[in-house]
Amino acid sequence: MTKGQKWELKKILAAIAFMAIAVAAPVDGLLRLALFLIPYAIVGGSVLYNAARNIANGQIFDENFLMGIATIGAFIIGEYPEGVAVMIFYQVGELFQSYAVNKSRRSIAELMDIRPDYANIEQNGQVVKVDPEEVRVGQQIVVRAGEKIPLDGIVIEGSSLLDTSALTGESVPRRAEPGSEVLSGCINQSGRLVLQVTKEFGESTVSKILDLLENAASQKAPVENFITKFARYYTPAVVIAAVLLAFLPPLLIEGETLRVWGYQALTFLVISCPCALVISVPLGFFGGIGAASRHGILVKGSNYLEALSQAEIAVFDKTGTLTKGTFSVTELRAQPGVEREELLRLAAVAEANSNHPIAASIRSAYGKPVVQSTAGQVEELAGYGVCVEAEGRQILAGNRRLMERFGIECPEVDTIGTAVYVAADKVFLGAIIISDEIKEGVAETLRALKQAGLSRTVMLTGDNKTVADKVAARIGIDEAHAELLPGDKVAQMQELLSKKSPRGKLLFAGDGINDAPVLALSDIGVAMGAMGSDAAIEAADVVLIDDNLNGLLTAMKIAKKTLGIVRQNIVFALGVKGLILILGALKIANMWLAVFADVGVAVIAILNAMRALRL
Amino acid sequence: MKKVFKMQDLDCAHCAAKMETAINKIEGVNKATISFMTQKLTLDAQDERFDEILEEAARACKKIEPDCTILR
Repeated sequence: MTKGQKWELKKILAAIAFMAIAVAAPVDGLLRLALFLIPYAIVGGSVLYNAARNIANGQIFDENFLMGIATIGAFIIGEYPEGVAVMIFYQVGELFQSYAVNKSRRSIAELMDIRPDYANIEQNGQVVKVDPEEVRVGQQIVVRAGEKIPLDGIVIEGSSLLDTSALTGESVPRRAEPGSEVLSGCINQSGRLVLQVTKEFGESTVSKILDLLENAASQKAPVENFITKFARYYTPAVVIAAVLLAFLPPLLIEGETLRVWGYQALTFLVISCPCALVISVPLGFFGGIGAASRHGILVKGSNYLEALSQAEIAVFDKTGTLTKGTFSVTELRAQPGVEREELLRLAAVAEANSNHPIAASIRSAYGKPVVQSTAGQVEELAGYGVCVEAEGRQILAGNRRLMERFGIECPEVDTIGTAVYVAADKVFLGAIIISDEIKEGVAETLRALKQAGLSRTVMLTGDNKTVADKVAARIGIDEAHAELLPGDKVAQMQELLSKKSPRGKLLFAGDGINDAPVLALSDIGVAMGAMGSDAAIEAADVVLIDDNLNGLLTAMKIAKKTLGIVRQNIVFALGVKGLILILGALKIANMWLAVFADVGVAVIAILNAMRALRL
Repeated sequence: MKKVFKMQDLDCAHCAAKMETAINKIEGVNKATISFMTQKLTLDAQDERFDEILEEAARACKKIEPDCTILR
């Protein structure tokens, strides 16, 4: 609790004590009034003061004024205990609100506590702590076990396990070895690392994320804007209704008194403050965004959280999003009688000196150092493959046309990837399939996304149709459009946009490379695993720090739950207030119920909204 | 120009919304948003008159919640 809050609490407790005395005291008339005025002044003095000050500033319908009028009204008609009690409840509610808001603000601040305080640099053989902002690109920094990595860099010495959970929500630690890129904000768990800084602090991952989250709150969701607008009309409308309620029945109906109806009108004033909504709705969104960031999902504003909850069509880029985007050996199809290991070894020998990406993936699949072809006879046939004299044999590795060129008989290999045909001494040994792997769990995630509310999933790719269709069939996506140039992707998106229902939203998820126009066109642009790519962070609305598609599912679930909570609060608050307005007009509701409708509803709505934080 | 300012003693969510409306009405303001949760004002306004506009915004806020100040 802050100092101010503690002071308020003391005032409330004192007021309750004085009120108890006033209620118990066997006095009448003016003395009784005086006894009740003591707690009223203690607890309501500031309210009246603020009301007077705001009226002087031209602000009439504020909550201070309304509470002031309602309680003074109660005193005028002789309901002293109610006048004081309403004020006490009101202050209890205010206190609780500010406590709850502060608490959630703080827990989100903690969540975002990834800002590193210092960086270690070596100077004259000694390690000195400096402000991360002072470190320049290319400098070397030392990160010891248990320390936060202050700036993005490349490991040049040491190896360790990194806790990336603050960034990605992923609890499995990541290995860092010489050559691996590491992101600021991760925590070095075990060994000592020496890094070469690749980005200045202002450009580093941590700064980017913090910036993004700080700005998220300025993008308001349509629901939030609706509530703000609603509040602008709600209060004056209820006040006017209260005036009518006080004066009309006594004027129109015989036997009705201003005293009775005046009291009912006061109940109206008590519930005329839209606080429950005005606080709980942004609080819910704020909590949802905070919860998402804990899972490594950066949502750039409440509007995108709301849009995510209404996502209807999801469009995915293939390479890097549904597939890993790296080419690797996925299959070894050796001819009968040929060892698969031998097939791979021969291919690695043949490709030993080539710098083609396919050669690199064969070598990395083989994994062992390759003996350079001793004869040195290497012939690269552009568009075909390689022909190597090694180990006393002629080894061929390349496409099918290479085999035909050398007159070697071989079957056509049917695959979604690229097949490298291998032959030795004019005998076909088999084929090595190199392809872009489908990410693990993509099919399950896509299925779960549909259960979460998507009605259609679409894949766009520049790849050829055969590959696209096979990938599509394997992951169970609804549609696949292949052989698209960047311009075609935009056209496809426009067509999909025209097909969706008016309230549904179109989501595009890509790895952020060359996606900017499509990201901009979609209702919700999602960039995956994008912490390296600045352009993607700029263009996207939602950034998944990890490149796991599961993050999208989590994001949608959080969005739906957040919106659910927000809607519950709106319905609950308006429902209770509406009900009590009706009961008040029918002379059933009294001031106590009205106080509950105001303060109680606000408290319950806030507690409900705080659930969003823990999603 | 777009700048973010911290707001001190912004205690009421309803007031924040009112301030936002008031600031948006100031001439030269492209877009102003106040986040009650982060206690921040994001002001996007014309470059030439930025300081003047900020001054006016501060006055508008004072009118609505006298205790609240924009930290500069």
